[in-house]
Amino acid sequence: MYFSVDRTEDFEVRGERPSVEVMDMNKLEKGNNQNSIMLKVDKVAKSFGGLKAVDECCLEVRQGTITGLIGPNGAGKTTLFNIITGHYKPDKGEIYFEGEPIHGLAPHQIFSKKIYRTFQITREFAQMTVLENLMLVPGGQIGEKIWNTWLRPFAVKAQEKEIRDKALEVLEFVELIHLKDEYAGSLSGGQKKLLELARSMMADPKIVLLDEPGAGINPTLMRKLMDNIQTLCHEKGITFLLIEHDMDLVMNLCEPIIVMSEGKKLAEGCADEIKSDPRVLEAYLGGQYR
Amino acid sequence: MEELARISAYLVSLAIMAGIYSVFCLGLNIQWGYTGLFNIGIAGFFCIGAYTSALITTPKPTGVYARYVHQLFGLDMPFIVGLIGAAIVCGIVAYLIGIPTLRLREDYLAIATLGIAETIRLIFNNEQWLANGPRGLMGLPQPLSWLVDPKHYNYVYLAIVLTVVLIIYLLIERAIRSPWGRVLRAIREDEISAAMSGKDIFKFKMQALVLGSMIMGIGGALYAHYTRAISPSVFTPLYGTFIIWVMLMAGGSGNNKGAILGAFVVWGIWIGTKFMTDMLPYTLKARAPYIRFLFIGILLEIILIYRPQGLLGEEKRVSKLVE
Repeated sequence: MYFSVDRTEDFEVRGERPSVEVMDMNKLEKGNNQNSIMLKVDKVAKSFGGLKAVDECCLEVRQGTITGLIGPNGAGKTTLFNIITGHYKPDKGEIYFEGEPIHGLAPHQIFSKKIYRTFQITREFAQMTVLENLMLVPGGQIGEKIWNTWLRPFAVKAQEKEIRDKALEVLEFVELIHLKDEYAGSLSGGQKKLLELARSMMADPKIVLLDEPGAGINPTLMRKLMDNIQTLCHEKGITFLLIEHDMDLVMNLCEPIIVMSEGKKLAEGCADEIKSDPRVLEAYLGGQYR
Repeated sequence: MEELARISAYLVSLAIMAGIYSVFCLGLNIQWGYTGLFNIGIAGFFCIGAYTSALITTPKPTGVYARYVHQLFGLDMPFIVGLIGAAIVCGIVAYLIGIPTLRLREDYLAIATLGIAETIRLIFNNEQWLANGPRGLMGLPQPLSWLVDPKHYNYVYLAIVLTVVLIIYLLIERAIRSPWGRVLRAIREDEISAAMSGKDIFKFKMQALVLGSMIMGIGGALYAHYTRAISPSVFTPLYGTFIIWVMLMAGGSGNNKGAILGAFVVWGIWIGTKFMTDMLPYTLKARAPYIRFLFIGILLEIILIYRPQGLLGEEKRVSKLVE
């Protein structure tokens, strides 16, 4: 009696177990992804003369999130981006990416860790075509070694074809394909923002740092941009950290949101928490919402 | 008939010099046209290339000559070794100049190269032991001179120069059309953005500086074996640097075909104005060179104002390996 009951229970359990396990695993993995810290900024400081642009700032970006970074002008957001991506060396403090220290590396070394950034004022290569702007980005191109261009022309050509095809695919995705042979400098402001996003996709990044992706672009393009960011995050698992002043964009897109003020992290939380945090209102929204 | 032969001989000598200048233009085009490196010390590489090849290809003077001609060494090697040696030595010098200057902003490179070019010329002028000081070196060998009568040797040399131009052109085109050239253009457009796209800016700028200077070294060597006698007074900023810039600007910076075209057009104009000033009365003739300098300067101004892209201009797409 006992035996058989046990057995049936056993069977039932066995029958269900796989699905339960799979579900658990899924949850676990997702939970893990959401929780594991991808980028950690630890007590980073940077001064310009007497001005403390970033002042012992600590913050973390978790994998798989679209993290928003907001704060009043001069809060040190862009400076922090410049420090993370190697354009400035921090006066002190440490930055870890996936557990590895990356502070003090040169920009091209940061790129090789699969961190990509865009700029507040777009920095496209104006006198190069849109397609070439994209084809430049992928790392490890054998044709970037000059002797390979002479000694291994076929390998270079084959790889070039691959890169070209990938670039066309990306242009298709961001809907700039009809402009592929135009000079990047002749695009409109909004199209340049899309181009920046497209370039970041060419890098196969793990994390993309976007500096005001929505600044100065019309609402239609803005929606397109937001959709693209969401698609990339959910389908390709790319993590985003973005600076933005457009509150609609930030509140709809970002979770969590980090608020910086005077070079420090002031608050962190979901959109509702941030909206109702009195310190944030004080520092950032200028108090007019009180 | 005699007249025709004289004209064709003259045109050949003109084409040889234009061909040699094309080599310099191709070298400068890598540095300025594609990478945006402001090298205004071409004369320095011109000088080093010429002297290196001279020292490699001439024998060290012996006997009574040794008292009058001082040179550091004389290897008595063939012409081709001279060309390669000139390229290598210029490459090394460019590398040494690049280490401190390429990390700085572009105008510092300009000042540094300008100063270094003049320094190099003065070293060759003042250091008697190195390459015979202001009197320079003479009797450089001419390659393949046994082929024809010395009277017609220039035709052979023209063929050699044009072959060298063609080889350099093809090698550069291949590299520029590849991802390597794309990175150079990106650096010219926006260094910071190129760095953010994972490119080691310093490395690529160094490669462009060194490769361009090596080509200039070859140009210097070609010049030395053409005139067969060199002295420091040749490598002045006007003939060694300025005119090459005018050629590149006129032909089309960022276009290798334009670089070659510019060399031929500007050299043609330069020689053409000499014809014209030769017709002036004797008293004015002495001052004529200055009018020609002025003329070339005005030409540059006109190009920069009315056709800044040059005769051919830059092609829209640089990467043409795959269509």
